[in-house]
Formats: sequence, C-alpha cells, structure tokens
Amino acid sequence: MRHTIPKIMLDRVSLPESAAVADSDAVPESETKMQAAGVRVTYGEKVALSGISMEIPARKVTALIGASGCGKSTFLRCLNRMNDIIEGCRVTGQITLDGQDVQDPDLDVAMLRSRVGMVFQKPNPFPKSIFENVAYGPRIHGLFDHKEDLERIVLTSLERAGLLNEVKDRLDEPGTSLSGGQQQRLCIARTIAVNPEVILMDEPCSALDPIATARIEDLIDELKSNYTIIIVTHSMQQAARVSQFSGFFHLGELVEFDSTEAIFTNPSDTRTKNYVTGRFG
Amino acid sequence: MSASLFLALLLFMAIPGFALGWVQSRRLRADAVAGAKKGHHSRPIYHGLYTALRTIRPGIVLFLSWVILAPWLLDTILVHAHPELLPTTDARELSLWLSRTADPGRMAASILEADPGLKAAIDHRQDYSQGLLLFLTLLALSLGLVALRRAVARIAPDFRARIHIEHSVMTFLKVSSTFSVLVTLGILFSLLWEALRFFQLVSPWEFFFGLQWSPQIALRSDQVGASGLFGSVPLFAGTFLVTGISMLVAGPIGLMSAIYLSEFATPRVRTWAKPMLEILAGIPTVVYGFFAVLVTGPFLVRFGSVVGLDVASESAMAAGLVMGIMIIPLVSSLADDVIRAVPQNLREGSLALGATQAETIVRVVLPSALPGIAGAFLLAISRAVGETMIVVMASGMAANLTANPFEATTTITVQIVSLLVGDQEFDSSKTLAAFALGLALFAVTLLLNVIALRIVRKYREAYE
Repeated sequence: MRHTIPKIMLDRVSLPESAAVADSDAVPESETKMQAAGVRVTYGEKVALSGISMEIPARKVTALIGASGCGKSTFLRCLNRMNDIIEGCRVTGQITLDGQDVQDPDLDVAMLRSRVGMVFQKPNPFPKSIFENVAYGPRIHGLFDHKEDLERIVLTSLERAGLLNEVKDRLDEPGTSLSGGQQQRLCIARTIAVNPEVILMDEPCSALDPIATARIEDLIDELKSNYTIIIVTHSMQQAARVSQFSGFFHLGELVEFDSTEAIFTNPSDTRTKNYVTGRFG
Repeated sequence: MSASLFLALLLFMAIPGFALGWVQSRRLRADAVAGAKKGHHSRPIYHGLYTALRTIRPGIVLFLSWVILAPWLLDTILVHAHPELLPTTDARELSLWLSRTADPGRMAASILEADPGLKAAIDHRQDYSQGLLLFLTLLALSLGLVALRRAVARIAPDFRARIHIEHSVMTFLKVSSTFSVLVTLGILFSLLWEALRFFQLVSPWEFFFGLQWSPQIALRSDQVGASGLFGSVPLFAGTFLVTGISMLVAGPIGLMSAIYLSEFATPRVRTWAKPMLEILAGIPTVVYGFFAVLVTGPFLVRFGSVVGLDVASESAMAAGLVMGIMIIPLVSSLADDVIRAVPQNLREGSLALGATQAETIVRVVLPSALPGIAGAFLLAISRAVGETMIVVMASGMAANLTANPFEATTTITVQIVSLLVGDQEFDSSKTLAAFALGLALFAVTLLLNVIALRIVRKYREAYE
C-alpha cells in the first residue's frame, strides 16, 4: 500500500550480467502488496532458493514459472510461512506484507495465514460436508455472530468461487464427493471465506482436466479484482492467459521478473527466452 | 523302525531323485544342437525338482496317513487280535486302557509289573507298530522308485516341469493358509460341541440371564448338574467393569500419547519414545499381575482408608488400572498409525486457512482419524476382555453382581481358569460351563474384532 510507483525489482546480486532491468513503460501501474528481499531458503545443507527479491503488485495475478525443482513452490510457501512446518527448512531474508515483516518471530502465523490464503496442487477438501468445508475458516476465526451470517459467508464464498449453482442442493454432502475440479473450487471457496488479501495457488490446475482448468482460470481472472493472486504453474500457456506479471525461476534463482507480456514476448535473459520458447525445462 | 527314521529316509530319497532328473535333463540338452537349447521348456533344475518331488510324494502320503490313522489302526488290531488281554468290555474303560497301552512311558514300572495283561498288550502294540512302519517304509521306497522311473522317462525338451513345480508350490501355499483357518474352525467347533453338552444340562436361559454364579454347588457328583447356579450375568458384568476401567485408563492416555507422538514429537523424540512405549507391550502379563497385587491393590486399600471408602484388597479397580497400563501401548501404537495416515495435505489445508496446530488437530486430524481410532479402541477392548492373568491375580473370585469398582469381582476368564484347574470329572456341568463361557467370550471378542477391522478398512479406503 505504501508503494504507489510501479517498480519491478530484479535482484542484481543473483542475476548474471545479461539480465537487464525491465522497461518500466511496459509495466501496468500498481501498488505493491508483498515484497521479498534477498530471500534464501535451505533444507539442511541443501540451498533451495538464493537471493530472491521481488515486489508483488496488489490485485494482480503474478505467475511463478520454471522447471520442476527450481524453487517456485518453496518461494510461494515462504509467503505464508508454510515452510515452518517442514523439518529442517530455514528461511532468511526479508518478506513483507503491506510493509509488515512476515518473518517476525512474534508474528501470529495464524493471523498471517488468514490474510494470505493458499490453494494446493491437489484438491484437499476436509472430510466434512461441503458447507462445513467452507464454514471451517469463519468458525476458527469467529468471523460471525449469528448462524445466518455464517450461512451468508458460506454462500457468498461458494458463489464467488463459481460453485454455488452446482452444489446449492447438496451442501450437506461430503466435500470429497465432488469431482476434482469442483473440489478445487471448493478449496478456493474455503480460502475466500476467510476473506484473505492474498491468495497463493500452488499449481492449482495440475490435477485437473482441461475443462476444469479453464473454469479455474476464469475464476482466477474474476478474483483478481478483489485479491492479490500469486500462482505457481508449469503451464506457460496458463501463465500467459491468467497473469499480468511473471517471474521465471531457475535452479533456485529468480532469473527474471517482469510483466507477463515482456516475459513472453521480449525476455531480457536468454534462459528465460529458452524456457518460454520451450527450448528447455 | 521309528517314524523319524522313516522321514529321514524319505528326505534321503529326494537326493537321487533330484540328481537323476537333473542329469537326464542336462544330457538331453547336451545332445541337442547348440542353437536348439531354447527349445527346452524348463531348465534342468526344474526337472530335478520334479523328479525329486515325484519320488518322495508316495512316502509323504503314506507318512501322513500313518500319523493320522496309526492310533486307531493299532487299537483295532489289538482289540481283534488279542481279545483275551482286554480287561473289560465297557467302551469307555476300554478306550482308557487302550490309551494306556499307547503311552507306556508315562507309567511307573511297578504298575506294569502288577498288570501283566497290560504289559503284554504294550509289547504287542509296539511289535505291530514296528512291523507296520517297516512295511510302510518298504512300500514308500518301492512306490518312490516306480514314480522316479516314470518321472525320468517323462523328461523331454517340451516337458513342462516348471509348471508342475509351480503348481506344487502353490498347493503348499494353499495348504499352509488353509491350516490356520482349519485350526480356528476346529477350536470353534470343539467349543461349540462342549457348550452344547453344557446346555443339555443347564438351560441357556439360566446361563445367559441368571444373576447368580456359583458352580461349586455342582461339585458333588451325586448332584444333578442343573442345581448348581450358572447365571453368567455377574461374570459378564465383572468383565465389562474391569474392561471399562482399563479403557478409562488406556483410552485417554493412549490417545494423548499418540497425538503427541504423531503431531508434536520431533523425529529424535519419536525414535526413542515409541520403542519405550512398545516395551510396555512386551512385559509378560504375569508381571503386571504382580504389580496389581503387590502395589496397586495395597495402594488402593490405603487410599480407601484415608478417603473413607471401603476397598477390598482384591478389586476390579486394581485389576482395571493395571490392565489399562498394559493396554496403553496397544492403543497409542494403533492410534499413532491412523493419525499419521491422515494425509499431510489436510493438515496443510487447515493451517493455510489460519488454523492453529491445536485447531487443526481437534477439528481436522482427529475427525478424519476417528474411525481408525474407534477401531483401535475396539481392538484394545477385545484384548482387555480376553485378558486373564492380571484379573486372576488381582480381581478376586467372588462373583458379585456389583457396579462398585472397589469390591472384589470376577471375570469370565478368571472363572474359566478356576473351573478347569484341578481334578474334576470332565463331563460335569462345572467343567462344561467353562466351554460355554469360552464360547461366549469368543463370540464377544470375535464380534469386536470384526467390527474393528471393518471400520479400520473402511477408513483406509476413504483416502484412496
């Protein structure tokens, strides 16, 4: 919120000489929601990420692309501190949400995660009814005073996730009875119900068929007017379709971060160019 | 000629059996043109195994039939060949006498000297046994040789020895797996049979609904069995009381330790804490019994006198508490497994919504694992219901129909032990009552296990 000037920052330390600063004219105007500076992640001895710096614009879709094992999911999980639960994982550097330090040991992680929600690669509805799946977040955060309020939250969330019409007659059925794509939208509804500011999506379509994928992509497009969305994806077409900004990760480094248009049409790093044109990765 | 010698000979026959088949097969291969080796269906080792198996097969069949039929056969021969030696014509006494002739080692020399008839019968029986076994050995040898000749003759490039061997192995596997099923069925039927005899003496109505248990009355042999009191309700009540107390101990402690081990403990703590817990499961139940009698019982009595409760020195509480400690590792180990089986992505989904770890465990992990935990509890209950040693030592013998855990009580297993220990007529209603109790206990634990296993299986499917 503090940053009103569009700024795409590239980490000069980690970038080779060939990397150039992005042309600021090509960048749509936006404010920064989350910022990473010199983020380094290690699992025991293994370095998973080194020197990642980027500014994630508010109410835009930012795609993180790169080959498997390049660290993009690891970076995503830093943003809501999901790496905390992984044994031996150490995160250094600075990550801020609206200028507030996310890494602060005194920070209430539960509060952070209620502001930065997450949708996972594999749909993971709880073994509860559809209604209870969405009501879970509001219940643990006490977001309502009356039962009617809870119902309203649940229905609105399902509506926003584009699932309401399909499930309105069977809210009491188990969430696991839905199809894969519906389950993933249920998980998105569940995330929305907590009213987060940022939604992290870790390859949300990789377990879905093309039709379900298209629905999720439409949904992402609608959601970006209210939420800041960061999506990890293997599909470059998907990144091109849904995102306004893209970051290319390679071997634990952020090679390039720019507007999606620039990344796909005029990448400044040859590695990015090779990747988006399909020459490797 | 002893049975073990017979077996040794049988195994010895397998060696030339194998060698002949193997050599024959290799010779055929050597004769074949170099490029035609692929035309042989089976490798020499299979031909060898085939001929070896064929060689010893008649012997195995003969040996098994000998083991099964020998006692009956020798009895029959003895009765028909030496009627002058038989001491009696009464069928029951005769069978007792015959069983004595079969087992002379058990008898003191003085008894044999006092009863020349018996001694003669024993000698005759041994002669017959030796003769028969020798005959069987020769038969097995000659049949084996004939079979070997035939088997070797069958060896040819296209003879499928490997298929035969695979069939034999499969048969062996089938027999092994049938064995335990048959044993279970056998136990069940022997229980059923004796229990039916019991129910001819005592009405099932009295057994299942009678409120008084006092089988000692039927001890006098001149008394009708039914006049003893065989109401099993106090025993069931006592069993469930002790089981209930033990589950009150083991349930919460086991579940909490499972939650700690699976959700909070670092891998290092797990590596030593889990084996430590499981050591508890390895302690013999007699040792737990000591503990109940020497520590828990007196402690409860002292505790009672301080608080003003009347506590018996042997009580359901003492037995139940210690049994609960014994079951903790069972509950915690099973519950730990099912909690860890809850997919990690459910935990992450909950945490990512801003739930704390406690909320995640209470609202997502435990409900998901609930069926499995219920299954673990049911298995623990059936273990507690069937547990004998601790209750024998610590809960007493008095069949009180009471809900007071500080009174002496008794359980089904304790009564089975006391009914069968010591000398008594085997067909008195007192002894037979043990089988009826055993059958009832079997039914209860079987039911619990079936339900538990079904729940656990259903729970596993839920994540697939």
